[in-house]
Amino acid sequence: MSIAIEAVGLSKKYRLGQMTAAYGTLRESLSHAAKRATGREHVAKEKQELWALKDVSFEVPEGQVLGVIGRNGAGKSTLLKVLTRITTPTSGRVEIRGRVGSLLEVGTGFHPELTGRENIYLNGAILGMKRREIEERFDDMVEFSGVEKFIDTPVKRYSSGMYVRLAFSVAAHLEPEIMLVDEVLSVGDAEFQRRCLGRMEELGSAGRTVLFVSHQLSAIAQLCDRALQINAGRIVQDGPPAEVIANYLHQTHSAGVERTWPSVEAAPGDDLVRIMSVRVLPHEGMPPGIMDVRSPIGIEIVFRVLEWGKPVFPKIKVLDRESTIAFNAMDTDERWHANSPPGEYTVTAWIPGNLLNEGAVSAEVAICSIDFPKLEHHAAVYEAVSFEVLDSGEGDTARGVFGGQWRGVVRPLLDWSVEGPE
Amino acid sequence: MASIALVSPSKLEIPTPAPPTARDVSEAAERVDRLVVIRPARRWPHLDVSELWHFRELLARLVWRDVSVRYKQTFFGVAWAVLVPVLTAAVYVVIFGKFAQFPAGEKNTAYPSLVLAGVLPMQYFASSLTASGMSLAANLQLVTKVYFPRTLLPLGAVIVPLIDFLVGLPVLIGLMWYYDTWPNGPQFLLGPAFILLAMVTVLGLGFLLSAINVRYRDVRYMIPVFLQVLPLLSGVMYAVEAIPTKWQWVLAFNPMTAVIAGWRWAMLDAAAPNPGQTAIGVGVAALLFFGGLAVFRSSEPRFADTI
Repeated sequence: MSIAIEAVGLSKKYRLGQMTAAYGTLRESLSHAAKRATGREHVAKEKQELWALKDVSFEVPEGQVLGVIGRNGAGKSTLLKVLTRITTPTSGRVEIRGRVGSLLEVGTGFHPELTGRENIYLNGAILGMKRREIEERFDDMVEFSGVEKFIDTPVKRYSSGMYVRLAFSVAAHLEPEIMLVDEVLSVGDAEFQRRCLGRMEELGSAGRTVLFVSHQLSAIAQLCDRALQINAGRIVQDGPPAEVIANYLHQTHSAGVERTWPSVEAAPGDDLVRIMSVRVLPHEGMPPGIMDVRSPIGIEIVFRVLEWGKPVFPKIKVLDRESTIAFNAMDTDERWHANSPPGEYTVTAWIPGNLLNEGAVSAEVAICSIDFPKLEHHAAVYEAVSFEVLDSGEGDTARGVFGGQWRGVVRPLLDWSVEGPE
Repeated sequence: MASIALVSPSKLEIPTPAPPTARDVSEAAERVDRLVVIRPARRWPHLDVSELWHFRELLARLVWRDVSVRYKQTFFGVAWAVLVPVLTAAVYVVIFGKFAQFPAGEKNTAYPSLVLAGVLPMQYFASSLTASGMSLAANLQLVTKVYFPRTLLPLGAVIVPLIDFLVGLPVLIGLMWYYDTWPNGPQFLLGPAFILLAMVTVLGLGFLLSAINVRYRDVRYMIPVFLQVLPLLSGVMYAVEAIPTKWQWVLAFNPMTAVIAGWRWAMLDAAAPNPGQTAIGVGVAALLFFGGLAVFRSSEPRFADTI
């Protein structure tokens, strides 16, 4: 199997001035230059440099779908910019075999005054299609975009939906050997993003090479054969997506899928209670930290009651990506009504399946007692664990066969009663 | 919250390509063989002609785009290509020809012909300079999202105004007929060479200014000032051989002086330009071209980062 992309020692340096003040006036630059020359302004060179990529080497075999993850500013987008030749590397080299297409470019160069037809030719040329290729695929593009009636209308009169559909259909007919997708930069609504992903999946299964940059860990887990994690411009992980994602979750959320404390002294809590460990029980057949939306999610807490005291009970607080509280829950069983005997307890809170919406979720755990009107927290771990809820899209969840955006912190599957004609 | 649902491929509306024909297969093989090597920018700036050739269709499309939107939503449309030089020339004829009695040169060429023959190349130069100086900033979206040789943008911008020039040309021919200032002999064949000289000059300046404009938007304000002064220094409203010899040599450093004098000689049978002065103009044009290109190519790697 031949290599589609081979990067060796790729580095990209930005001067910080370049990134912050994109452009100034000539006068400002001249006065800076004058100050530097006269020694009135010292420039700490090292401090003004930022390595967006540092010695990045990797190979992508033909036909592989490679996911790239990392925090904002880790260098993911810079990597894509180098691979698409929008910017040049400071050092290192990349060899790319085959035509490169990218979904960064959807609608790039569309001119509002030109008609849909004219824009197809213009955009096609910008994406690197030959005139003959555009002519051959023209009818398919128009049909796919669904704007046949308006094909000779200037696109400035298009609705934004029509505009995006037309732009996407040109990009989708490019048929590159290597597809670069930046989900972070891709514009448009959820429906459009879904199409991008769909197109990517299709290219991947057709044996094309795909390099996919995303925040959507669930998408990476689902679509990719391999994942890279970039941090501060370097590749820090390279391997099967499940492993890479699990480790990544561990680093990014202050918590991962599991937290344990080695001794009672080190464990959080007061003289009465200490929390020894918290973990998210894995779902069968899924990587750790990736939870199927349909199955109950178990959060296991191990805590130790050190002495006789008050009646204590476990409590969890579940938050979504924006730290909105989804709910609080505590165990109200009668056994927690009497003073708790000392010893180690293992409790598992079961969050029902089909309750939490997709996306990143974190949970806080606490061991409390009631001190009306307050809850007294004897031991608490904020952001104890986190995980990603995934909808595998088989149509049996709250969103059914609808693939678009589904808002809300929770998304229960309701019972519906219907009266009306059969 | 994840806003993307993953849907199995069967549910997606994705264009299914037609079964590959023999040509597609051979084409695919050819494409796979294409190897692109990305490495740091070269130290020595050069005009990569083979790459420009590879992107010729894109150049044609960009030129075609600018031509087709040029007079969109205007009442007079392409007539502006005639109206602008004619109105400018008319003002010059009245002010400088009638009131100020500007010299019409050794051969005493009819003044309206003389002026229009100066205004047309100058108009070409002015439009080209403005468009090419702004070309990178005006195509910001392309520069930050797609790869192609950036030299295409200033290059396209100096091709587009040629259309206006060609549309305005029949008016000059009309004046040549009316005032009977036909070219005397085969020198009119050299006319295009002088327009080419204007093109090389303005392309060099366009490379320079567009590269500077990526970083310093001062260029936008510099260009109009420059263009107000330039006609006075290029002999648009007078014949350059009619001014003191010392000043002729000074003006020779402006390539547009050589362009206009040469163009008048070729088209109107005006006095032949001084070969030495023309040579200086050509030399300066070459210097501007290569100097502009060098600045452009050396700052090109940073365009997408600073624009």
